[in-house]
Amino acid sequence: MARWKYKLMPLFFIGPAVLLLMVFSFAPIFLSLGISFTDLTLIGLADWSKINFIGIENFIKLFQDKVFLESVFNTFFYVIIGVPLAVSSSLVIALLLSMVGKWLSSTFRLIYYMPSVTNIVAIAVVWGFLYNQEYGLFNYLLSLINIQSIPWLEEPTVAKLSLIILAVWKSNGVSMLIFLAALQSIPRVYYEAADIDGANRWQKFFKITLPSMSFATFFVTVTTVIGWLQFFEEPFVMTEGGPLNGTNSMALYIYQRGFEYNDFGYAAAASFVLFIIIIIATIIQFRFRKKDQTL
Amino acid sequence: MEAKGKVEKFIVTLLLVLGGISVSLPFIWMILSSFKTEREVLQIPPTLFPQNPTFQNYLELFQSLNFDVYLRNTLIIVFCSMVGLLLNTMAGYGFGKFEFRGKEIWFMVVLVTMMLPGQITMIPTYLILNEMSLTNTMTGIVLPGLIVAFNIFLIRQFMVTVPDDLIEAARLDGAGEIYIFFKLIIPLAKPILSVQVILTFIASWNSFLWPLIIASDQRLYTLSVGLSLLQDQYATNYGLQMAGSAIMVIPILIIFMIFQKYLVEGFNVSGIK
Repeated sequence: MARWKYKLMPLFFIGPAVLLLMVFSFAPIFLSLGISFTDLTLIGLADWSKINFIGIENFIKLFQDKVFLESVFNTFFYVIIGVPLAVSSSLVIALLLSMVGKWLSSTFRLIYYMPSVTNIVAIAVVWGFLYNQEYGLFNYLLSLINIQSIPWLEEPTVAKLSLIILAVWKSNGVSMLIFLAALQSIPRVYYEAADIDGANRWQKFFKITLPSMSFATFFVTVTTVIGWLQFFEEPFVMTEGGPLNGTNSMALYIYQRGFEYNDFGYAAAASFVLFIIIIIATIIQFRFRKKDQTL
Repeated sequence: MEAKGKVEKFIVTLLLVLGGISVSLPFIWMILSSFKTEREVLQIPPTLFPQNPTFQNYLELFQSLNFDVYLRNTLIIVFCSMVGLLLNTMAGYGFGKFEFRGKEIWFMVVLVTMMLPGQITMIPTYLILNEMSLTNTMTGIVLPGLIVAFNIFLIRQFMVTVPDDLIEAARLDGAGEIYIFFKLIIPLAKPILSVQVILTFIASWNSFLWPLIIASDQRLYTLSVGLSLLQDQYATNYGLQMAGSAIMVIPILIIFMIFQKYLVEGFNVSGIK
């Protein structure tokens, strides 16, 4: 009796979670792969006999699809400009915070973390107002110093940059906390030893601080790249991918294809392309890190 | 690295203040604009403080725009996600403190799903829910997000550190497994669970994509979905939009201010160095 009960207990504890995870997270991986080789749309959903296996046709079509290719380009644009900005700005904030007293540091930590906990839709709505070409605060402030109004969200390249500014502003908090924790864990004796050797500030920064934070930097960079490759809410709420697909991202394109056009097979194929890009980007970074350590 | 000298300290503080202002500027502008009338909000040059502060925007949201329904739905989702957190905790305990057949395989499942981008599972999960006739229902909105693999992982990492002897002793004293879980394990896990409660609250309050996909009926909209609809329909009524945003943002900021100590400490505990 007792043994029987003991065997069943683990099932009681992990059962519900594992079951839900299998149905809504694990099984979908394979289902998604399967769907990406079919022409599943709303019609096929109503009548399964109308679903055709079409091999890799979706993938071929994707790489001829101008809108998709544009969204891939935009996504890389976001990552290449946005990630260095996001990582370096959170690092700078963490460094500044570590240079002031405890009270100032914890107050400003709170302020800089605020955007991270707030809702992205609400934030995008507020920034949409700030960015408004006629009535927005930004253009008004610029007009005070005689700068002509900027088409923040109306011109494709400027719009991409505007979304990046917003996303950097929003995402600094978590990375900042990670950097701050890493900074605080550097043993003080390193600096004291460097002082005795007569090292100046920059030497200490480049020879002690930065190398000690290499793991934190690596971790932040990897997670930031993954996050930026999935850039979605900002263009969704603020520009809906426009103007002229100038801000469309891969994640947004998948959403549009899947849930606005109900082109499920095609969207699933696109989601696999995104998945593969994420995996490749992550592997490349791990490679770089390995090289780094052998030096 | 402390700043040395008065000048240096002043420059660092100045930079922090300037940065702090630019970080909080959108929030301040949101709150100030939400109390302005529809005309004043579009005035050029803009006024800093509302000339005739009005609650009209907020009233309109709740009286004629269903924000009461959206708020209720959002609270339901928050509540359900807490039930989900309980399930995650149970699973973390199960993986951390029990031996059973296939444990490694199931744990691999958890790890694999942890690393998946949401876009991959978005479409098939929608199709699965559609087969279960759960699209456009509250159950359909809540169910897929209940279990967060990353939380199971974090909680399991904590559970592994709980000494076996403690649980054995309780068993010898005749305590049942469920009693042990609720009366011994949960109190022990309080530091990590309190962080999880805050993070889960924030995440579910902010949840957007899944309610957007599943709810086609306005009755089921959450605050964030309702707000993005509002932005489409009242494109130039910025006062109303700012009031809607404020309703989403301010409760979270208040909760964050109260509990931020636990959050920041939890970050150090979770051991990312």
